[in-house]
Amino acid sequence: MRVGLFVTCVADLMRPSIGLAAVKLLERADCEVVFPENQTCCGQPAYNAGDRLTAQQLARKVISEFADVDYIVIPSGSCAGMIKTHYEELLSDLPEYRVKAQWLAARTYELTDFLVNVVDMDSFDTTFQGTIAYHDSCAGLRELNIKEQPRKLLSHLAHVDLKEMAGAEQCCGFGGTFSVKYGDISSRIVDLKCDDLEATEVDALVLGDLGCMLNIEGKLRRRGNHKTKVLHIAEVLTGLVGEETE
Amino acid sequence: MELTSHQFKSVSSAKLKDVKLQKALYKAKDGFVVPRAKVVADLDNFEEIRQAAADVRDHGLAHLDVYLEEWEKQAQAAGTIVHWAESYEELNALVVKIAQDNQVKKIIKSKSMVGEETGLNQYVEGHGIEVKETDLGEYIIQQAGEHPSHIIAPATHKSKDDVADLFAEKHQRPRLDDAEKLTHEAREILRPHFLDADMGITGANFMIAETGSTVIVTNEGNGRMTTTMPRVHVAISSIEKCIPTLDDFALMMRLLPRSATGQVISNYVSMTTGPKRAKDNDGPVEFHVIILDVGRTRVLGSDLREALRCIRCGACMNHCPVYQNVGGHAYGWVYPGPIGSVLTPAYNGIENAIDLPNAATLCNQCGVVCPVKIPLPDLMRKLREKQYERNLKSSAEKWSLRLWAYLALRPKLYSIVTRIMARVGKLLGGDSRRINHMLFGGKDWTRHRDLPAPRGRTFRDIYLNRNKTTNR
Repeated sequence: MRVGLFVTCVADLMRPSIGLAAVKLLERADCEVVFPENQTCCGQPAYNAGDRLTAQQLARKVISEFADVDYIVIPSGSCAGMIKTHYEELLSDLPEYRVKAQWLAARTYELTDFLVNVVDMDSFDTTFQGTIAYHDSCAGLRELNIKEQPRKLLSHLAHVDLKEMAGAEQCCGFGGTFSVKYGDISSRIVDLKCDDLEATEVDALVLGDLGCMLNIEGKLRRRGNHKTKVLHIAEVLTGLVGEETE
Repeated sequence: MELTSHQFKSVSSAKLKDVKLQKALYKAKDGFVVPRAKVVADLDNFEEIRQAAADVRDHGLAHLDVYLEEWEKQAQAAGTIVHWAESYEELNALVVKIAQDNQVKKIIKSKSMVGEETGLNQYVEGHGIEVKETDLGEYIIQQAGEHPSHIIAPATHKSKDDVADLFAEKHQRPRLDDAEKLTHEAREILRPHFLDADMGITGANFMIAETGSTVIVTNEGNGRMTTTMPRVHVAISSIEKCIPTLDDFALMMRLLPRSATGQVISNYVSMTTGPKRAKDNDGPVEFHVIILDVGRTRVLGSDLREALRCIRCGACMNHCPVYQNVGGHAYGWVYPGPIGSVLTPAYNGIENAIDLPNAATLCNQCGVVCPVKIPLPDLMRKLREKQYERNLKSSAEKWSLRLWAYLALRPKLYSIVTRIMARVGKLLGGDSRRINHMLFGGKDWTRHRDLPAPRGRTFRDIYLNRNKTTNR
């Protein structure tokens, strides 16, 4: 099957290993991976800022770029949630795109959801080992019901021990531009997340969204914690962790 | 109540640094969130009940004119005197007129958020009539000369020590340090007021069209005493509180106490249908209901109408990561938290509460706990769209968004710019791979946290080159 990878603009720029890990996972599941070269952003920042017109332009761009794939897979609950749960509303006043938006939404999967519920992947080739906690990112959890999927995938790794942290479902305080517009509130919320994480005493925090990742990792380091790793689940499932990929 | 939502940024910053407040908020969070989760988990069909309640509210609101008329007809048949108020001033003046017509000197009051909206206490006191708040939290707030910071727990921002100090000063009695003793002291002080007040004012959680009743849902006996002891009872409510039938009320009661305090049922549910009848042992001789419409009709006809479903349980604020950390006063009006971030601009004008719909991570914790399924993040986003349309966004935000959109719509240019950014970012990160000082918009990020640095190359760059190599 042809699977279009929407890598997300943040992963593309900030952490390419996530995209490479997603490709490795999809290829291992015998998918033909297609990467439309012109992809940029799903439009969520504009949508959440109230700039509907720009968000519509970007949504239409995504729709046309992924017109000929069987599935579109995204290593982010936030961007997948945007396409699956918001595109139809966003394009509701453009009748010719509304149907296309529904079509795309039905084929769009967050990466862990795809690995569990479409290809049912249960073996992984990874060198990663250690104790981890899992942070449930807001959009993945509350828009797409991503909760059991990452835990199921992680349960197949013999050398990974998942310890549930308190407040795993609590927002990390990122919220896109909220993190800079209301920086001190955002900072307090992520501080509480770091407290919960550190109390769990694990080697790494694993999650499925890059926004939360940058926020939590950035806060941990600023607090002087250089020990706890913050990793995307795709990195953990493949062992393609950060720097080793370059 | 005076609107101070435009000060959200500065007030919320101060609240974050208020150590005493932070302690009180931390306690309150566990006090609401944990019990609610427990009673909701005990229901095997919570989601179905929520949907049914949302449907009932939507139906009632879609035919609000019909149900309000039916309610009025039934209420009048039971002997209730019904008034309609289209402004805060009109409601306040009606209350004073009813008081003056009945030679009222003292009013006891059970809590009402509509009364907070209209600034009722101040107005009534300005006419030489004494008003005593009798809900413990409201009593504390009145003594302290403050406003509620939560719709069901008005004094939740105060610690036991704050209350002990306040009571010692206001009651001129020795300072107590035990919550139960403090409650007893308040009760002792309030008891004579219940006995000699001439008029009672309550809010109304619901108005039931089928029976013409008003209902209050409370946990302290003060509400029951306020509705039954004084010779005049005035209930103040607003048009959207009207629900069609008693069955609908039963449905709401499955959700309200559970969502609000984690109780299966509140201690008191008081339903008032008309004044005291000949055969009744107690109750007011006169019963007035004043129904307010300020902003409601306008919201009903707008794309924010789902906000009117609200049954005032407070679950959205209890679960909101922003409210949990800044408290209710930062929001600057009667209703704080997510529902306040929608209602405040909706009732007072979008331009007067610019920050509120933006000061949210859109985490949707509010949306999933709301017992009547108000899509709060979607409504906040709609308000952001209205701000954008009306050019109310800051120019810095607008221009950075425009620049980013310009690039994102031009993939070739975008890939070049991001390739440069990845390279420069890596250099800035240095050996530590962290950027701890950025300029412009970025400084608001690095003031509070580091930025894990880019890795030198974009995914696009690596992946497309890898494929070129393999293809060769």
